[in-house]
Amino acid sequence: MHLTIHWQNFTPGASLVGGMLIGLATALLVIFRGKIAGISGILGELIEADHSANPHRLWRGLFLIGLVGSSFVYQFFAPLPQSNISASLGTLIVAGLLVGFGTRMGSGCTSGHGICGLSRLSLRSLIATISFIFSGFVICYLFLHAI
Amino acid sequence: MKNIITLVAGLIFGLGLIISGMTDPAKVIGFLDVAGLWDPSLMFVMLGGIAVAFVGFKFVQNKSEAIFGDPIHLPGRTHISKELVIGSLLFGAGWALAGFCPGPALVALGAGYKEAFIFVIAMIVGMYIHDHLFKACKITKAA
Repeated sequence: MHLTIHWQNFTPGASLVGGMLIGLATALLVIFRGKIAGISGILGELIEADHSANPHRLWRGLFLIGLVGSSFVYQFFAPLPQSNISASLGTLIVAGLLVGFGTRMGSGCTSGHGICGLSRLSLRSLIATISFIFSGFVICYLFLHAI
Repeated sequence: MKNIITLVAGLIFGLGLIISGMTDPAKVIGFLDVAGLWDPSLMFVMLGGIAVAFVGFKFVQNKSEAIFGDPIHLPGRTHISKELVIGSLLFGAGWALAGFCPGPALVALGAGYKEAFIFVIAMIVGMYIHDHLFKACKITKAA
């Protein structure tokens, strides 16, 4: 297959710096609290209905408040970049269901497997990351070019 | 203090997602659409994230307690299960359809996008279906 790079959209510098901040947040969470910064795991365990079996909700809640609040804080320094969302209502719902179900079944997402797992040199996370990127390539192709 | 650090870690994580461009689904789809004009930026996000997180995990490697005294819980499973692969394939499909994975969706929700709100509600329902209906059903069958 022939790859053509979209040079106008390519932002290696900003993406590398942003990625390093994600890595810093991950490092802070494990060094200070001993926890894994996997977003689907944090959210999934937080909404677990069985409270008695899961007493460690405070740190998850705090981390997610920081995450959700980051847009608000960013605005004090620079205009917030646009999120261009082209998916229809139905697509958003199907996509959300798949992401929620799939990340719980596969025990992680782009952060838990892609950042935490790969930086821990976990084979399990490498298999998971290859699986979701491969599936992303295929479904993206089918959705944009074949159907 | 430990609560502040936890909150700040979440905040830095979100700022990283915004700066890296990952809160824009069009940019994520630009990476996943290898047949179109390809934007490899996402690989640089992973590269930067992995490089710094690697140092963090090295730091705690032989420790049993984190700085604030919590036990360090690192995932110990090594088994490559079919759930791992099938779950990740399903996740990748949803990721490609909307251009959102869990972190950026939550950041976009905080920025007030109603599409992100719809996605996050559906994602929570999907998590609930897995944890309470699908898994519970499997446990019942096994018993």
